[in-house]
Amino acid sequence: MATLLAIGTAKGLFLATSADDRHSWEITGPHFPMTGVYAVAVDTRRPTPRLLAGVTSSHFGPSVATSDDLGASWDEPDAAPVAFPADTGATLGRVWQLMPAGPDEPDVVWAGTEPSALFRSTDGGRSFDLVRSLWDHPHRPEWGAGFGGQAVHTVLPHPRDPARLLVAMSTGGVYRSEDAGASWAPGNTGIRAYFMPDEWPEFGQCVHKVARDAGNPERLYAQNHHGVYRSDDDGRTWSSIADGLPSDFGFAMVSHPGRAGTVWTFPLVADSERFPTDHRCRVFRSADAGGKWEPLSVGLPEGPFYPAVLRDAMCADDASPGGVYFGTRSGEVYASRDEGDSWSLVAAHLPDVLCVRAAAV
Amino acid sequence: MVTVLLPGPLRGEAGGASRLSVTAAGTLRAVLDEVAADHPRLARRIRDERGELRRYVNVYVDGEDCRHSGGLATPVGDDAEVQVLPSVAGG
Repeated sequence: MATLLAIGTAKGLFLATSADDRHSWEITGPHFPMTGVYAVAVDTRRPTPRLLAGVTSSHFGPSVATSDDLGASWDEPDAAPVAFPADTGATLGRVWQLMPAGPDEPDVVWAGTEPSALFRSTDGGRSFDLVRSLWDHPHRPEWGAGFGGQAVHTVLPHPRDPARLLVAMSTGGVYRSEDAGASWAPGNTGIRAYFMPDEWPEFGQCVHKVARDAGNPERLYAQNHHGVYRSDDDGRTWSSIADGLPSDFGFAMVSHPGRAGTVWTFPLVADSERFPTDHRCRVFRSADAGGKWEPLSVGLPEGPFYPAVLRDAMCADDASPGGVYFGTRSGEVYASRDEGDSWSLVAAHLPDVLCVRAAAV
Repeated sequence: MVTVLLPGPLRGEAGGASRLSVTAAGTLRAVLDEVAADHPRLARRIRDERGELRRYVNVYVDGEDCRHSGGLATPVGDDAEVQVLPSVAGG
């Protein structure tokens, strides 16, 4: 079995494949050259894995393409896969997230978009419908836009309960549903919004990324716009787990796909200084759900290092031991085949890396 | 017949054609609607889901930028030439 690492960049999608347990990689691409690939997914629930790519041309707009042959060919339906209904008056900026649902819903794929909205597909990601309940939420007029735009960038199905779903947006924060998306409630208690007059609002937080603990799905981890948090009640309330980190700023947050309590992040100095902490290329890992953190840098560049890692530019695969991957805004992609203990370079000199996703295929 | 000229990046959505002939005339909107009926993926790269021209796509009718001559309501004569061009954008 091979490992596929999909690398979405500012100018196309690259696919890295390893047939030797992640020791070496063969890279193809760019697929969709000159498009920003902000979202990619490897849907392994199907008999044949399906790749999904959210691509945005600065000229010709956004779309979602799928491949059922591991990227050898791509397809798009005639109708726009993700489009706002006419009565909304909205137009799709881009797809920020493509997330296959849980195993109980093998044809369901979720899409988070800019402007902030959630779409649901029931045909494996070929076509999507707007989730009206979130679009019509009374808070929506007050959701704001950060520098990257206003977007739902995180969609987290619950692995055991299809009725439960969590989304996160910048800005706006976390919203939860317990009725399969029929209704939504904010879940930001305990997350600070230092940039607002009321620093503890019901909503309006700038949550950068949320990851769900695979071993304990009630537990979630959030990298906020300053602040690193954990929730032990499925996103209702949050408490800080930033004490052991060199900074509470960053974008990425990745949880181990199979073991409870293990999580990785890539801290940056601050909102006003978006460089890796100490100008060193280091991933930080916690094995106890954020109680303690350790820096990981074996095999990573040793000299001064300035590129950032964006919110979806870090991921884990589903192998054992687990693989961890991250890409930088300077176009390097690093992989670890031992859960972060050591790293090696997968690719360099790519365009800015926007997202990575990996899976055994 | 109205001739619609396509730029290289969009020809793949029209079976490789660099030009299309359409019977619709009257307005640019009617021309693009006919293009959409035959080539929906091409059409959604020119206009968004509200039917508006994408920001960085320019359309010229007989050499005139439609944004200066009525937008999608720009008159298009029976033998007009409609040229679709990507504008200068990106980095």
